Amino acid sequence: MKTFFSALALGLFALPAMAREVNDADLVSKGEYLSRAGDCVACHTAKGGKPFAGGLPMETPIGIIYSTNITPDKETGIGSYSYEDFDKAVRHGVAKSGSTLYPAMPYPSYASVTETDMRALYAYFMQGVEPVPQANLDSEIPWPLSMRWPLAIWRTLFAPKVADFQPTPGQDPIITRGAYLVEGLGHCGACHTPRAITMQEKALSPADGDEFLAGSAPLEGWIAKNLRGDHKDGLGSWSEEQLVQFFKTGRTPNTAVFGGMTDVVEHSLQYMTDADLIAMARYLKSLPAKDPNDKPFQADVRIAEALWKGDDSARGAAIYVDNCAACHRTDGQGYERVFPALAGNPVLQTDDPTSLIHIVLSGGTLPGLNHAPSTIVMPPFGWRLTDEQVADVISFIRTSWGNQGTPVAAKAVAKLRNNGNRTTSGTDIGWVSGSAEAAAATHH
Amino acid sequence: MATSMKKADAVIVGFGWAGAIMAKELTEAGLNVVALERGPMQDTYPEGSYPQVIDELTYNIRRKLFQDISKETVTIRHGVNDVALPNRQLGAFLPGNGVGGAGVHWSGVHFRVDPVELRMRSHYEERYGKKFIPEGMTIQDFGVTYEELEPYFDFAEKVFGTSGTAWTINGKNVGEGKGGNPFAPDRSTDFPLVAQKNTISAQLFQKAATEVGYHPYNLPSANTSGPYTNPYGAQMGPCNFCGFCSGYVCYMYSKASPNLNILPALKQEPKFELRTNAYVLRVNLDSDKRRATGVTYVDAQGQEIEQPADLVILSAFQFHNVRLMLLSGIGKPYDPKTGEGVVGKNFAYQNMATIKAYFDKDAHHTNPFIGAGGNGVAVDDFNADNFDHGPHGFVGGSPFWVNQAGTRPIAGINNPPGTPEWGSQWKAAAADYYTHQLSMDAHGAHQSYRDNYLDLDPTYKDAYGQPLLRMTFDWKENDLRMTQFMVEKMKKIAEAMNPKALKVSVKGAGSHFNTASYQTTHLNGGAIMGTDPKTSAVNKYLQSWDVPNVFVPGASAFPQGLGYNPTGLVAALTYWSARAIREQYLKNPGPLVQA
Repeated sequence: MKTFFSALALGLFALPAMAREVNDADLVSKGEYLSRAGDCVACHTAKGGKPFAGGLPMETPIGIIYSTNITPDKETGIGSYSYEDFDKAVRHGVAKSGSTLYPAMPYPSYASVTETDMRALYAYFMQGVEPVPQANLDSEIPWPLSMRWPLAIWRTLFAPKVADFQPTPGQDPIITRGAYLVEGLGHCGACHTPRAITMQEKALSPADGDEFLAGSAPLEGWIAKNLRGDHKDGLGSWSEEQLVQFFKTGRTPNTAVFGGMTDVVEHSLQYMTDADLIAMARYLKSLPAKDPNDKPFQADVRIAEALWKGDDSARGAAIYVDNCAACHRTDGQGYERVFPALAGNPVLQTDDPTSLIHIVLSGGTLPGLNHAPSTIVMPPFGWRLTDEQVADVISFIRTSWGNQGTPVAAKAVAKLRNNGNRTTSGTDIGWVSGSAEAAAATHH
Repeated sequence: MATSMKKADAVIVGFGWAGAIMAKELTEAGLNVVALERGPMQDTYPEGSYPQVIDELTYNIRRKLFQDISKETVTIRHGVNDVALPNRQLGAFLPGNGVGGAGVHWSGVHFRVDPVELRMRSHYEERYGKKFIPEGMTIQDFGVTYEELEPYFDFAEKVFGTSGTAWTINGKNVGEGKGGNPFAPDRSTDFPLVAQKNTISAQLFQKAATEVGYHPYNLPSANTSGPYTNPYGAQMGPCNFCGFCSGYVCYMYSKASPNLNILPALKQEPKFELRTNAYVLRVNLDSDKRRATGVTYVDAQGQEIEQPADLVILSAFQFHNVRLMLLSGIGKPYDPKTGEGVVGKNFAYQNMATIKAYFDKDAHHTNPFIGAGGNGVAVDDFNADNFDHGPHGFVGGSPFWVNQAGTRPIAGINNPPGTPEWGSQWKAAAADYYTHQLSMDAHGAHQSYRDNYLDLDPTYKDAYGQPLLRMTFDWKENDLRMTQFMVEKMKKIAEAMNPKALKVSVKGAGSHFNTASYQTTHLNGGAIMGTDPKTSAVNKYLQSWDVPNVFVPGASAFPQGLGYNPTGLVAALTYWSARAIREQYLKNPGPLVQA
């Protein structure tokens, strides 16, 4: 009997502690999921480095900055941060030291993350991440631009008030969930919303106007595309189902992920629940077109017919047949799930052709993912085609089969090829110029 | 002293089709698997990068994807009284190297097996009597039936993304008049993809074969007829008949390979590790030689590494499996004088004959520069035992086909008989005939014989100081009579096309094995499967009779050469063996068949 009672007593005493551990484990695991949704790992991990230990170089208009160590290491990471310190950094953009963070940290987006989610994130970063002692790197921004006090002014002017996300009354709760993820942790606007001359995003939500998620200027050699309802260069031709497939597998029947978005799918989106992916997709599909005159894609068979008849006299057509048509086909339709369609593809119809030039020069890798294990690579063509040839073939695909893009000049190709752009994702353009100096210059 | 690695549940030697299938099956069973591949990593990108891969000089002529015979080769002799010499230039056969093995450079003809060929000796004895099988011919039964293997053929085709036309599915005829093969065994499901389109040459063959009363069918091809996603989620593109198939990495993601169809799924599997440039020297056995303890290999830095494991899979190329068994002391080496011993026994090959037909320059634009390695039209009227062998007095059969795999510029120019080998007349004939010709083959089964065998060479050693493998091999009268019979039957098809000229390449009476002339890389036997440990090296589950934690999948298990290409049977047998490991061996490690 004694034994029984002791066991019972021990059991009783153990209960609260166990319950707390279980709750903590749940909270840590929820925080891990939210950190995936926020894609913290993408910026806070250097190529080949330990997760969250920082050190990834990021190009800003005033110079290179490096992401910081956010592992719970007490000396070099955020191990000494209280919840309040953590919240101040993530949602308010102010480090524990009191200095304002560079807005490369998307705290204007994170301002709407709920406190409940913030507490889960904190639990994860304190208890679920391995501490890594690794000192932060100084930025390469020259004085006087390196002074941080103007950032505080910038923050006061442009960062929104920190407040838990507020649902729009009467909205479909699925769309509301999507809005919370896209506008908040997903910080999609950080890349996909154009920025003003003063570098703030022109809109942080649909309420701020039709610039929200309307596509960016080139960043690290890529355009972050328009995510609004435009058919020409947005998501007008995409179905909700296709968006979910894209988030989960990096591929749809017609297209494949490339550039900076590859990391987002690889490190963040593929881990999210179907419910959250559907919510994000439905929310994005609820955004109207930016261009009031936007029209659906109209297929034009003339180019395909000419190529079938052996007429490759159009500018760039012969280069297309020799280099591209085996996979993308003379009718620009590609092959389902393996080789993207070019006809009607919004990426080909953006006003700024940077992404397209980048892909033709340096190729693209669709990575193997949890739900779609095959890696499919478009080889680079920069070693093989001159600036003039690249411009010709890009002009051809931007204007064929009904595509509404505009022709491209050779100097636009030369500019991208020679600027030694350093990218945090995909292949650095510097490699394709073929010069050792350019390669060395882009890889410290 | 070798460095020892952390023990694995299973170590796999050689990462071609058999190794990849085993790795996938065993990780699915929850095992920690280490695969050792002697060659480098290679994949669609960058090795198959377009357009660099469209390079006949690098890939076919300079043998980019094949075994480096400056490090290890085989010695070859025709008879037991000859002295074997090292094969210093790849010719008759082309073993692969690197990740994917021969599964990267193969063409993609993806057959099942004719059920008769699995019980070759029993069938011939039953139908024609014991005396019909000539003295010295050592053909045997596999010890496994088509019915047992059918589910594994079926699944392998789904993994490979095979294109083809079924004849019957569960007894119901679905292929008559549509390109199905009336001699094909019954299937449980259809091919995962419809047959590929046929080239002009294959269409001509189909028409002519029908005219002479044969039964043409679409070759089953592991080149895709459209985009495909296999049961592992691995994706394939569509074959575009580029003509750079056999000997190349496929840039269209459309020729099945271990790299394309299985490795992507394994890369997502934390229980799997692939080590490249790991050249296995031997399987290590415990003191009583009844249990393997792992393998020893040399890494890229030249260091000897020991990889301990509970289970050893030898899935290297056919003759490497045999050599590793001989070097490790697994099983009793075969002795042709006494007929005793099993390792090295029944080394067999393929028995090819070819006819080229040349047409007038205004007729039949055959566009030989296009093609796909597994594509074409065939007849099985003279394959296996689909005809009465009684009056002809030989064992074995042969499918015939036009398999237009792409005729490339360096090796592909072929002129009618009588054309000079060089000069202006050669050029004129090439211009006239290049796009107006086709080629057809009698693929030819090949039987096993008492004195065609493999053992360790007494003289020559490899770069690591170990004896080379010695091939003792020559054509026998049965083979020569069979191929001459076949070429006459195939010639009827060629003649029905009304060609301007024919060129017949067939081995004449008294021909000897020629190491310089490419035939196929379909080498068989040496570690054959069977029902009796006295006459086979592995049991019906490809488990070594002598060391039961060693399994040996591959064409090394075939007791004789098939009429069909071997890869389909290699894949099905490997899945069959893996299933036995998963469902029987792991529960109760030990011999799966009591001797």
